[in-house]
Amino acid sequence: MSLLSTLARLEAVRAQRAQPLATVRHRHLSERPMVLVPLAAAGESGAPLAVLLGTDREAPRLHFVPQPLNRTQRWEFLAAVAREVVPYLESFGDEVELLEGSERDPVSGEKVPVVRELCADAPQLVVPNAGGVSHLALLGRSTRFRRTVEDPDPGEYPSPTEVPLLGRWLTHLTDRAQVPGSSLLLAMTGLLSRHWATGQSNLEDQHLAARLAWHLPPAGLEPPAVGAAAAEWVESARDGDGLLLHPPAGPATDPKFDERVLAPAILRHDAAVAVRERAEAARDGAEVRRAAGLVEQAHAELARVLLAATLPTWHDVWRGLDLLRALPAAGHLPDRWEGDRWSFTMHRDRVAAGEPPQPRRDDAVTAARKLAQREREQARLEIQEALDDPLAMAERRLAGEAFAGEVVDVVPEWSAGRSPKPRPLLVVRTDDRPHADPGREAHRAHAEPAQRAEVVSAAPGEVVVRLLSGMGRRKDPEPGSVPEPGTAVVFTLFELAPRQSAPLPEPADTPWTHGGPPVAVEDAPAGGDEWE
Amino acid sequence: MNVSHLGQASPPLRRLSELRGPAPQRSLDARALAALAANPGCRRRALLDAAGVDKTALAQQLGRPAPFGQSPFAIRRGLQFESRLKRDGYAVLLAPLRRRLGVPEDEALSLAVPDLLPSASPAVRAERTAAALAEAAADPAGWTLLDHPLLRLDVAGSPAYLEPDAVVVHAGRCTVVEIKSFPVLDGSADPANVGAAARQAAVYVLALQEAAARLAGRPLSAGPYAVQDLPGAPELTVLLVCPKDFSSLPVAVPVDVRRELAVTRRQLSRMTRIDQLLAALPGGVTFDLARDASGTPTRPAGELAAAVAAVPAAYAPECISTCELGFHCRSQARCAGAVEQLGRGVRGELGALRTVAEALAAAEQGGGGGPEPALEEGSGLDEAAERLVYAARLRAEALAAGGVR
Ligand code: SF4
Repeated sequence: MSLLSTLARLEAVRAQRAQPLATVRHRHLSERPMVLVPLAAAGESGAPLAVLLGTDREAPRLHFVPQPLNRTQRWEFLAAVAREVVPYLESFGDEVELLEGSERDPVSGEKVPVVRELCADAPQLVVPNAGGVSHLALLGRSTRFRRTVEDPDPGEYPSPTEVPLLGRWLTHLTDRAQVPGSSLLLAMTGLLSRHWATGQSNLEDQHLAARLAWHLPPAGLEPPAVGAAAAEWVESARDGDGLLLHPPAGPATDPKFDERVLAPAILRHDAAVAVRERAEAARDGAEVRRAAGLVEQAHAELARVLLAATLPTWHDVWRGLDLLRALPAAGHLPDRWEGDRWSFTMHRDRVAAGEPPQPRRDDAVTAARKLAQREREQARLEIQEALDDPLAMAERRLAGEAFAGEVVDVVPEWSAGRSPKPRPLLVVRTDDRPHADPGREAHRAHAEPAQRAEVVSAAPGEVVVRLLSGMGRRKDPEPGSVPEPGTAVVFTLFELAPRQSAPLPEPADTPWTHGGPPVAVEDAPAGGDEWE
Repeated sequence: MNVSHLGQASPPLRRLSELRGPAPQRSLDARALAALAANPGCRRRALLDAAGVDKTALAQQLGRPAPFGQSPFAIRRGLQFESRLKRDGYAVLLAPLRRRLGVPEDEALSLAVPDLLPSASPAVRAERTAAALAEAAADPAGWTLLDHPLLRLDVAGSPAYLEPDAVVVHAGRCTVVEIKSFPVLDGSADPANVGAAARQAAVYVLALQEAAARLAGRPLSAGPYAVQDLPGAPELTVLLVCPKDFSSLPVAVPVDVRRELAVTRRQLSRMTRIDQLLAALPGGVTFDLARDASGTPTRPAGELAAAVAAVPAAYAPECISTCELGFHCRSQARCAGAVEQLGRGVRGELGALRTVAEALAAAEQGGGGGPEPALEEGSGLDEAAERLVYAARLRAEALAAGGVR
């Protein structure tokens, strides 16, 4: 946490209300996001219990596993989720832009023109918190290798065909969510934390409803309030039965809820199913009908309690989206969203080409590529955010990596040589304290075209820089390219175009010592793995 | 695992039992160890734990109950997993140990599982464990599994009991085994979970080192990384037994706990000794909940809060997930306007500024005046306050530029 965000937190404590950490919205928000509130069954990693999902705020749809230990019911649940999520994802695959480019022909080595497709828009999933992202990743891992009835060797428990497809998409989206600044899959707590400071710690901010309570009064709190007391209320207020008045955002459920509500409801459902099975075995028609009624009742009861456990969080996610949508979009969002669109398009193409699911573990080259990409994107994100948002730039100024001020004097000078170029000196009055040693390279923010400079001298209150580029090709600078006295300027001591990292070899060219060429990963039958 | 304290009636122990009142002595659990690791500097927790006070009941009576609990589903699955392990004759534990120790796979192995008197009193159980450990260590060829042994460890000058899931003894050395419910997925487990388990296991290793030293009549070696060369000494690599992938098949993962062991030793040595904490305590303080005949606590919350406040705390937001008194201490920190409520790192950032009001007043001191009043000579501001003034100016300027204010 930087001192600036600490300061914002201090202000939030005093105001008992969230305080801005950004003046613009730094993440792309889709006009048609799909919100998911997943719940996991306790005790078993990645075991799904329920999910409330949909694209229509007024019409969330609940899916759940009536008996979380029952594998068949689990596959049915996942198939039902797949039938909601996959069509949503694929609906973005149809409308494309055609981009012309060129590629080197692998045989002739000549450049040949190619036309590539880029999906015009991409899907966006929003979950309540980071735990939701991890849960989706586990679901992806546990489903993408599933064999289906269509497999040549379907195995003992073939799953519906949509299930592995869902798994591959979830794996792709959760992987992409690791890329800084990406927006195909977002966690609401993370989004809110990027844009506002609360008067509590980072740890407490992971609780979606508690952190939202610093913005808006939580539903059900009388009298309505915001701030620490409201946050504590959603964290801990319980009814006479010991149940939380505001259920946690998941994926873990409250143990008391499991004990007092969920376990009995599951038990009743199990019992009703057992009665029906007995009646079916006895071929007792009247009893079968009665038992079917019992099962239906028990099922409806489970649906009711699970809806009650997810609906408040569903509303919280949408309220969070409301807050974020009220912020103006940052200038670089279309640029970064294009990266997401490429990511989506490429996965669409891999699925269409019938490529196998993502391997269990990345080979060395893929892992290195992903790491390099994340570092590159992190650098790009930091630059873009600083340019888009004075508060982000303030962070860099506080760190001594940038300075803002007013041009108080311009001294026209030229380079030596046969065709002298403009090299004007700018005297910038600034209250900032940049680490601006003479000779250090500086970059003028928001200059179009890019403008490089060199620090000539720095003293408290005044930095002198010499402009080196971005003034045209002639002896005299292009009009408007040199800021006049009185102009407000910002210079950064970091580059404004992210550096390209060294290219990595193509997988096929990688020596075997470094993991290439990739080998297809065998799908070991579930449970058949050797003990390690 | 459980920890509890000896009931001898030396004067400090008598005082500790007075603090607890007539309530039964509470044993500590994995959370207590995690809390110790997370916040070794908290005297309040150290004293309450040493006295064996039921912190869950205390927090409840203070009006801010701890949010901890375990789902019945998780408990059931944990029990199933452990019984499956036993049903298979502990093969999953023994196979990796055999590999590590170079014992041929086909060599017949008979495993002794001595009765450790699980329903006896802690003192008897600990003695029984010590005897079984000594016996097993004396037989280099045999394999012994101590199922839920009870180990003794001195914590801040006051003995405590710990209960690992299992200890396997072979060739005169023993290995701590911890059974966990998080999975090993594609060969690796969540590092945060492994870290927590390693910290917990390190405490057991330390207790076993003390036991081995006691048995040999020698002091514990000073270097935390040194492997003890004594009969019955513990390996510094423990075995975590976890479900494999999404199955309920157990898999054993060796984890080197040398670093955690060194940290634990350092933290324990840094803890203020219990007798000093007792000496600093005003007379008459007690955490007795004054339960009536039906077991309902009758002690007024205000009185109890005053007793708790008599012991200094070291609140940090981590407390909320590690200590039963988290919500109570947080509300105190908030009332006092302490900057720690925002995070542990904040203290360092703000230097001598200890409250929210002080920090904001310092930040605003720079407002209004010339460009850099804080930089002027003799302004009397320390470095942290000066940076805060700078930050406040940058923040105000940026918000204005962004049109937010
Ligand atoms: S919650 Fe209170 S008693 Fe517990 S460790 Fe934190 S400060 Fe100490």
